[in-house]
Amino acid sequence: MSTPAKLPRWAELFLLPAINLLVALLLAGVVIKVMGESPWAALKLMTGGAFGSQESIGYTLYYATNFIFTGLAVAVAYHAGLFNIGAEGQAYIGGLGVGLVCLWLGAWPFWLVLPLAILAGALFGAGWAFIPAWLQARRGSHIVITTIMFNFIAAAVMTWLLVNVLIKPGQQSPESREFAPNAFMPALHELLAKVGITFTSTPLNLAFVLALAAAVLVWLLVWRTRWGYAMRVAGLNPAAAVYAGIHPPRVTIWAMLLSGALAGSLGLNELMGSQHRILLDFPGGAGFVGIAVALMGRNHPLGIFLAAVLFGALTQGGSQLSFDMPRVNRDMVVVIQGLVILSCGALENIFRRPLAALLARFAGRKDEV
Amino acid sequence: MPALELRGIDKRFGAVHANRGVSFSAARGSVHGIIGENGAGKSTLMNIVYGLHRADAGEIRVQGRTVAISSPQDAIAAGIGMVHQHFMLVENFTVLENIVLGAEGGRRLAEGLGAARAGLEQLARDYGLEVPLDAIVSELPVGLQQRVEILKALYRGADILILDEPTAVLTPQEADQLFKMLERLRAQGKTVLLVTHKLREIMAVTDRVTVMRQGAIVGEVATCDTSPRELAEKMVGRAVLLNVERGPARPGATLLTVRDLEVRDRLGVARVKGVSFTLQAGEIVGIAGVAGNGQSELLETLAGIRAPSRGEIELGGRHLVREGLDARARRRLGLAHVPEDRLRMGVVAGYSAQDNAILGYHDLPAYQRGLLLDRAAVLAGCEKKMSAYDVRPPNPALRIGSFSGGNQQKLVLAREIDSDPRVLLIGQPTRGVDIGAIEFIHRQLVALRDAGKALLLVSVELEEILGLADRILVMSAGEIVGEIASADATEKKVGLMMAGVKGEGHA
Repeated sequence: MSTPAKLPRWAELFLLPAINLLVALLLAGVVIKVMGESPWAALKLMTGGAFGSQESIGYTLYYATNFIFTGLAVAVAYHAGLFNIGAEGQAYIGGLGVGLVCLWLGAWPFWLVLPLAILAGALFGAGWAFIPAWLQARRGSHIVITTIMFNFIAAAVMTWLLVNVLIKPGQQSPESREFAPNAFMPALHELLAKVGITFTSTPLNLAFVLALAAAVLVWLLVWRTRWGYAMRVAGLNPAAAVYAGIHPPRVTIWAMLLSGALAGSLGLNELMGSQHRILLDFPGGAGFVGIAVALMGRNHPLGIFLAAVLFGALTQGGSQLSFDMPRVNRDMVVVIQGLVILSCGALENIFRRPLAALLARFAGRKDEV
Repeated sequence: MPALELRGIDKRFGAVHANRGVSFSAARGSVHGIIGENGAGKSTLMNIVYGLHRADAGEIRVQGRTVAISSPQDAIAAGIGMVHQHFMLVENFTVLENIVLGAEGGRRLAEGLGAARAGLEQLARDYGLEVPLDAIVSELPVGLQQRVEILKALYRGADILILDEPTAVLTPQEADQLFKMLERLRAQGKTVLLVTHKLREIMAVTDRVTVMRQGAIVGEVATCDTSPRELAEKMVGRAVLLNVERGPARPGATLLTVRDLEVRDRLGVARVKGVSFTLQAGEIVGIAGVAGNGQSELLETLAGIRAPSRGEIELGGRHLVREGLDARARRRLGLAHVPEDRLRMGVVAGYSAQDNAILGYHDLPAYQRGLLLDRAAVLAGCEKKMSAYDVRPPNPALRIGSFSGGNQQKLVLAREIDSDPRVLLIGQPTRGVDIGAIEFIHRQLVALRDAGKALLLVSVELEEILGLADRILVMSAGEIVGEIASADATEKKVGLMMAGVKGEGHA
């Protein structure tokens, strides 16, 4: 009897997230007010910083690319009934795969490096996800716990590798040498220039297009194939899956491999597209933002795209804000992100019920007329 | 003055109008039946009386006084007790501890227990409700556990006792004992509300009966002035056939052979103990038994959901166990399965009707177009099934949860029968299904039999087994304790076998 109130699809997908976002912004406004700045000016600065110019749009979409990959990773696992907290670690290790290909094969032509880098990122990410997946499927070790632990292990392994193995000789900071130019992901402004469109130089690169392609592929796979069908059955009702001849442990492993592969693709954007070297902590929390992105995007690729752009805008607009409003520092941006997550995740059901009642009343009135 | 009176009880759950202005009264010292199909609003009404739900409108009067009941505590204080369909007992406590739980009285447990023991012994004598007070509840048979529940309610001073589907877990003999107990309670001036969807019980034990349909009361009569047929018509709102007509079976070749099958649960306890039988084409074999005697495990093992610890299942010359064939492979060999618990296993609640209509068959080539699912084929298949099985509303895009239990079951049945199986395993075909749909489902099963298929029917509704099966196997404590041809079977004979009395009626 206490099932969550049912909302029409459009309200579920758009109205409710919009209300959640509004509430988050209101709360953030209160915080900024308390800090002695004008919330209205802050909002203007942030939106301007995120969407006001070609440069800001480029940066926003560049950040969004990372979040699309990790958001898709979390969503795929979610549909199989798994909560993958390990996208951060999978992205980190996946990036290692991308980076190794770029370091070793950077002299090869780009059209050979790119598919190999995609493959390596996916394989490394999937490999890192495989261990928790196997432990869950065969030993029943809870995947939430193991994936969290694997984030720490990934961080430790990467630190060790960067400090002891990959570090460029004669250098202080733990970073690899720069990739050869052949292994640079073409920036979008370069590609656009080729077809005669001028766009400001930004880190936005081809990986953004790859992320969009990944979103379409995930949509096809999850909703339009028999494997996606089986995966969602296993996630929604494991007993029915067994009844239907689907093996939930196998689904667990496949879904986590795919999830890890998607997270592992983050390196295509971050390393190949922008940093051009392997460095410490390059995922920068995108794996965790991916959880919020998937949550807010209702685990649907379209929603994930929109949520990723929102979080990209928060990141980019936030740096603009901290630049122009000295009293609001970078941590404040994290607070705003946190408020969005809080309002979309934890507080969601607070608005669901009254909204459902309100809409039902409208619908009822229509029926009576 | 009635013991309990409801006036204009109204309750909505979102769009569902569960109770529409329900008013009725139950006299002191009577057994009052409330009958209706699943979803008619009986349980909601009783949950309101017991304080588990709150009515949107209406009034509850106990012994002539209006009472506000917003929690079970309020209900107990007003002298109302309830025995739920699923018992609310702590299994590893003794009977005494269970009864005292929540009414310990005093700081030290021993004092409360001592006082309770004396009171309970008196109570048990008065009502003929003897139970061993120091026995561990999990070691008691179900009938006695139910007695503990009743005693618990009486110990808390209940004058009005609500029983929600009390016979679902009992053998017919245990049910008769329960009815005798109820008669004694009535003689002592207690009021009993018996909520059920079984006509037999209403006729056997009640004084008056209230019939509910779609949340409203559609009739109230003295039991002696009515008949099962009249009640069934009131429940459904049209004339119904209680027993489907069928000719004699013409068994053909053996399709399924089960040999010495043993199934153990997670804890290693044998739930099916060396069961052997065969299933012929063109017959319905019924497995009768009180719920929890190994039928479910047997069915799931045959379907490939559980692995047996010993024994073999042969289907058309294939050895399903030795070859390690899973549920999917068995489906391909023509073994279809309608599971006992539809919502837990037979459908995916979040899926639409069309997605549910391919569950278990989603990887058939007919539903593929290259790498993708052929949405048009899935939709067309679902539309075909819906029209052939009269599933209402015929909307493939609707979530399965929005359909009534009967229509869900029709779709599941359509899915399994449509695969043209050789053997159909079917568990509780009419659980949570309205009477109108029961008739339809039973006809389909008989038609399937007449088409030369073999059917294995597991049901805890003895009437259903007697009405459909050509041969009846009776299970008790994991064993087949007897086999009886349906021509020789009576409720009494099968009931005794269900209780574990071996040898009776061996054919």
